[in-house]
Amino acid sequence: MRHLKIYLILIASMGMLYACSKTEIVKPQTEEIRFVVPSNFPDAVYKFDGNILTNNGFALGKKLFYDARLSADKSISCGSCHQQFAGFANLDHKVSHGVNNCLGKRNAPVLFNLAWQREFFWDGGAKNLEIVPINAITDICEMGSDLNTIVTFLNNTAPYPSLFKDAFGSATINSQNLLKALTQFTAAMVSANSKYDKVMRKETVFNPEEQQGYQLFKDKCANCHTEPLFTNLNYINNGLDLNSVDEGRKTITGLVSDKAKFRVPTLRNIELSSPYMHDGRFNTLEKVLEHYNVGVQANENLDVSLSKDSQLGIPLSNIQKQQIISFLKTLTDDEFIKNKIFSEN
Amino acid sequence: MNTKNISIALFAILTIAFTSCKKDETVNTAEKGTFALEFENQVNGAPLVLNNQNYTNLNGESFNISTFKYYVSNIKLTKTDGSIYAIPESYILMDAAKPSSLLNNLKDIPAGDYAKISFTIGVDKERNLAGAQTGALDPALGMFWTWNSGYIFVKFEGTSPQSTATDKSLTFHIGGIVDPNNTIRTFSSDFSTGNPLRIRADKNPQVHFVVNAGSLFKGKQKISFANLNFTMGGANSVIVADNYVNGLFEFEHIHN
Repeated sequence: MRHLKIYLILIASMGMLYACSKTEIVKPQTEEIRFVVPSNFPDAVYKFDGNILTNNGFALGKKLFYDARLSADKSISCGSCHQQFAGFANLDHKVSHGVNNCLGKRNAPVLFNLAWQREFFWDGGAKNLEIVPINAITDICEMGSDLNTIVTFLNNTAPYPSLFKDAFGSATINSQNLLKALTQFTAAMVSANSKYDKVMRKETVFNPEEQQGYQLFKDKCANCHTEPLFTNLNYINNGLDLNSVDEGRKTITGLVSDKAKFRVPTLRNIELSSPYMHDGRFNTLEKVLEHYNVGVQANENLDVSLSKDSQLGIPLSNIQKQQIISFLKTLTDDEFIKNKIFSEN
Repeated sequence: MNTKNISIALFAILTIAFTSCKKDETVNTAEKGTFALEFENQVNGAPLVLNNQNYTNLNGESFNISTFKYYVSNIKLTKTDGSIYAIPESYILMDAAKPSSLLNNLKDIPAGDYAKISFTIGVDKERNLAGAQTGALDPALGMFWTWNSGYIFVKFEGTSPQSTATDKSLTFHIGGIVDPNNTIRTFSSDFSTGNPLRIRADKNPQVHFVVNAGSLFKGKQKISFANLNFTMGGANSVIVADNYVNGLFEFEHIHN
């Protein structure tokens, strides 16, 4: 009973259209949105305390997520750099590409299973899921706006006041409700129905290559990419550079021992979320594994797991690399990627 | 006028008569009252005027101020009998550019005589880590860091000819909750012995504080703008916080 089964249960009540007394057309939300901890997951960190998940709140969050009018030049929405088909990362973009053709500093991360994360961004600088969007909204190279401008825009733009009233009981929009609505949408994104999950739940089995890849993965990768989230949520240096341009975690802690360390990313949906690393330098999984095979640099803060027996990196044969990649592809969750409740339309 | 004066006098007499009817002069603790916290911004004794006024630090360096904002939170009052009342949800933000922000009414305080006040300069750790806040803690108020999330406790901006920064700017954004760079500081002050803060249902006393923006740059460590003109958290912010902990606020008087 500790872990409730299944993740987002959609109780379809199709056909039972929402009674809508408002004059404007609001797309009826016909499925009940629920957040449930998957049976093979630990307890969530974000528990919707003070921000109860509702259909109206979720639908409002989704509308805000996909509304490009929130950016300075009305060209960039959250969804512009967080695309569902890429696991809500930004396909083919090494770093974020924001307003005024400005390029950001780091690769846009995937968005799912955020409710299990304590800290956010590659350096862990954001410490509560609810405040994460402020960064993208205000960053001059992302959406380039500010909270006051957006709150004023929303207060003056139908149907937002009535949508906020439906979601939070008040038509007066402030930054708190804006952020809570966005969080209802992003925190409800749960990806836990990949082939890997089905194997863990004994609903199916790996093929031989995937199985061999899984064994190799547990032996060589799981130290940092720990199941079931496929990240231990720590900050490490994985030897990308001898001297890193980006100071990473040190930007937040000020500690020299954190220089060039970055948050271990999840590997779920990794097949779809290229390019890889904090600066998006690798565009294929083959290149990533080749980095661990022969490319690891002796950075002063290199993680000990990457310099075992005075040898840098993780030696991998071509066959082993192929087997690991086969396993990594079992982390693709097509149901999540194609789930309409998270889609723009 | 006469009628008003008479009615005030009558009211006063009745009040005295009424209170004297009670057991000795104990205050009805079920009563709730309001008081005002008033902050008067100064720079080393001179009134703080934004933008056009020049001030001098202890190194003889001239400076002016364009922004001066600070949080006071978790206000606690200690009664003359030693009991403490923590004012719930007491988060207030003072902004030199908004005179109305310098006078804050605090409501629903249990009646009684209070001899001491204490508060956090800044925002407690819990709220730094909490989700989206509103009111004085609304991140839209420009006192919230998004890249390394948490509140700016004290924000001082200005210029000095001695500053080595671009545009000769001074940027002192003090905040941070993680040791060794934790800048949360608490301040406390006794009120005058003969004149405690008297909270009553029918009164609205004022507690007056002088706030010295110049205290950021002196005290524990004298700051030269040639050496330090920019901090946004970290070790240099700790130097500033250790300076202002004893000099930013000074209890002035109470109007009961």
